[in-house]
Amino acid sequence: MNPRATSAIAAAALLMAACSSTPDTSEVVLMTHDSFLVSEEVLSEFTEDTGITVVLLQAGDAGAMVNRAILTKDHPLADVLYGVDNTFLSLALSEGLFIPYRSTEIDRVPAELRDTEDRVTPIDFGDVCLNTDIAGLAALDIDPPATLRDLTEPAYAGLLVVEDPSTSSPGLAFLLATIDTFGEEGDYTWRDYWRDLVANDVRITPGWEAAYNLEFSGGSGVGTRPIVVSYATSPPAEVFFGDLDEAPTSVVTAGCFRQIEYAGILAGTSNEQGARLLVDYLLSLRFQEDIPLNMFVFPANRDAALPDVFVEHATVPDNPVTMDPDRIDQNRDRWIAEWAAIVR
Amino acid sequence: MRLRTAAIIALPVAFLGYFFVYPLATILLTGLNSGDAGSAFAAVVTDPILRSVAWFTLWQAVASTVLTFAVGLPAAYVFARYSFPGRSVFRALTLVPFVLPTLAVATAMLALLGPTSPFGIDLRGTVWIILIAHVFYNLAIVIRGVGSFWEHIDPSIERAARVLGASRIRTFLEVTLPLLRPAILSAAALVFLFTFTSFGVVLVLGDLSHTTIEVEIWRQTTSFRRLDIAAALAIFQLVGVGLILFAYSRASQVRQLQLPYRPSGETLRRPRTAGERWFVGGTLAVLAVIVVIPIAVLVGKSLTTATGFGFENYTSLFTPTLGVTAPNAIGNTLRFAIPAVLIATLIGMLAAVSIAYERGRIGRVFDTMLMLPLGASAVMIGFGFLVALDEPIDLRTSVILIPIAHSLVAIPFIVRSTVPAMRSIQHRLREAAAVLGTSPAVVWREIDLPIISRAVAVGAAFAFAISVREFGATAFIVRRTSTTIPVAIFRLLGRPGSFGRAMALSVMLMGLAAIAALAVEALRGATTGDI
Repeated sequence: MNPRATSAIAAAALLMAACSSTPDTSEVVLMTHDSFLVSEEVLSEFTEDTGITVVLLQAGDAGAMVNRAILTKDHPLADVLYGVDNTFLSLALSEGLFIPYRSTEIDRVPAELRDTEDRVTPIDFGDVCLNTDIAGLAALDIDPPATLRDLTEPAYAGLLVVEDPSTSSPGLAFLLATIDTFGEEGDYTWRDYWRDLVANDVRITPGWEAAYNLEFSGGSGVGTRPIVVSYATSPPAEVFFGDLDEAPTSVVTAGCFRQIEYAGILAGTSNEQGARLLVDYLLSLRFQEDIPLNMFVFPANRDAALPDVFVEHATVPDNPVTMDPDRIDQNRDRWIAEWAAIVR
Repeated sequence: MRLRTAAIIALPVAFLGYFFVYPLATILLTGLNSGDAGSAFAAVVTDPILRSVAWFTLWQAVASTVLTFAVGLPAAYVFARYSFPGRSVFRALTLVPFVLPTLAVATAMLALLGPTSPFGIDLRGTVWIILIAHVFYNLAIVIRGVGSFWEHIDPSIERAARVLGASRIRTFLEVTLPLLRPAILSAAALVFLFTFTSFGVVLVLGDLSHTTIEVEIWRQTTSFRRLDIAAALAIFQLVGVGLILFAYSRASQVRQLQLPYRPSGETLRRPRTAGERWFVGGTLAVLAVIVVIPIAVLVGKSLTTATGFGFENYTSLFTPTLGVTAPNAIGNTLRFAIPAVLIATLIGMLAAVSIAYERGRIGRVFDTMLMLPLGASAVMIGFGFLVALDEPIDLRTSVILIPIAHSLVAIPFIVRSTVPAMRSIQHRLREAAAVLGTSPAVVWREIDLPIISRAVAVGAAFAFAISVREFGATAFIVRRTSTTIPVAIFRLLGRPGSFGRAMALSVMLMGLAAIAALAVEALRGATTGDI
């Protein structure tokens, strides 16, 4: 390589390095998990209204994102963090990640979703539920399971695929649902239940992507198993992206776990005013009504109108499992380790 | 001369120091200090589960490397010695698997070796599916790394041995193999490091009893928040890699032969005897089964629609779905890949020059150090960027960090493909030029550069592929949202109903890799006449 080209490349590299941004109040940085998605025009409307540009950071899945926020809490990467859910909330709060803020829009959010001290603001919620392949079960002449316990029956042997709770957020939600349903003590605990699932040939994948796309037989899945741990909103997504009239999959409403996702202003932000405006905007109808068809979860703002495909094809379970975030935080590591010992 | 070497070596040393050693050391210290370092090490040594993870990591890496060579070495020979119709296209195809996202490879592997296997074998939950995926991924390293060196070896050396009465096998073992030794060692080291630190393949195709140290580091940090155990595991991993690299360094210490260098076109010939035709045909058939069939499966899935077969999955990628369009994703990917290739080539060439011409211990130690980023935990490097790179300029979320993370993985490829070529240049050529009064710079340009540029092109193709696949620590850093092809594929696979589109985009990604590989082939062809 000739020296001139060498120095040109070196100069370009230095220039690019020097151009990395410095924080200012015309910009607010929003750190999210990899599943986050918003229509571009929704963010540009925020910029038109406030003069503030939103910079999006993606930080891995929900668990990885919280860990990265903790690791950088003395010198935060962003002003607002969005996507911490009830399974990681206690950890985030005990690390003191957030500055409390009561959003001007918070009164439009149902009380059961809210944090009593307004340390974080609920933005969306969704239910992790069993999904079934309607045609696949019909071909086997088997009814969809009515309860979690049904899955231990011989008829359901080899039909179920779930996610590993140590690497997957719906996997953790399903584990928590089984712990809540069967309890830690008594004649038949959640441990007995998982032993029976293993005996019934449950398949475990590291993440939702492999479970739903590669092992599940319903909808767009190319696998062989007709029952999968997914979301209550998966059938409307099948209809929407597959351009279908009827959903090829259906939701089992028993044993669902409710995930609530929150946004919080990161302590150490250099633009608290901008961060507040952004949190308000995340709860505004403009943003909230954009949520369902991008992230396939429900908006937290009760006034937000749902798209037709949600109204027609989404299921909202009556009594989803909820669990106190403190209880989750205190037991999660032990539960996952015990689970791993059972299924290994 | 020593001063010149120091000047050349300064930039690569500074680059690796700041973007690899410093972040990794910082996070390892942070991790060990977050708990009791002694008990973290004790936990790793005594815990039977972690011990079995370490053992599995080691033996699957050895097995993967051996298998990759078993398939790759005959193929490297065929491509290096024989001309046949479709040779360049076939060779270019072997680079294609290298760029595929893990989930796409898992799709192909499960379709062929899962519950719906057309061969009737279900290898899920066994080590075989992991080993086969590793061979599929890393074959290109052997075929291209060894093959590009092999094709420049003068076949008349082998012919002389045969004329003097040596059998084919003896000729191979005592003539060809020693000549190939540096290239074989390089490729073996690269394949071993890749599979030793395998993450995505093992995460998707493995299970709780088939897991690597790298996956366990990820679990310990993200799921259990045990940064101390993760740091201890990462140190063990690093020690293992260090031992292997030390052995590699010792093995490649033998005196480099000054080879009579031949342009690749001159060493190729058509298979003549029936035996040769069978060998070439058979090798290509094995390659077709391992490389072409999985690719064909993905193409098939991309053409499958709700109503049968068609191009809907492709056409629908031109109107935004989930914020994804194909042209946009390809553009975003190239925006990172081009700087990554430039950075890796610049740093890699400077490093290769200092290694090739510095015969002493410094050159050897530096050579080994350069390979470390391949064998160090990408998970920990990703965390290391977060804790180390905030001062003096906050680079933690800068766009420049992505091509830099890619080039950490890509630099060893540039170095590995370049150093053997540099060392093979005959001193006599250079001395002759010097005697004739040519300045060193001109000698370098006229003699070294044409030979080296081909080797660099091989390395640059890998650098491009590494960046396109977003290999290494990129998956573990916090980045500004940019819908590159792997990000787009992951997003499409992250919502029900978009599987076909994700497959279509994977096929486009393979097309991009094939174009890059064919461009390299063309470039290699064009420079052959320089000698």
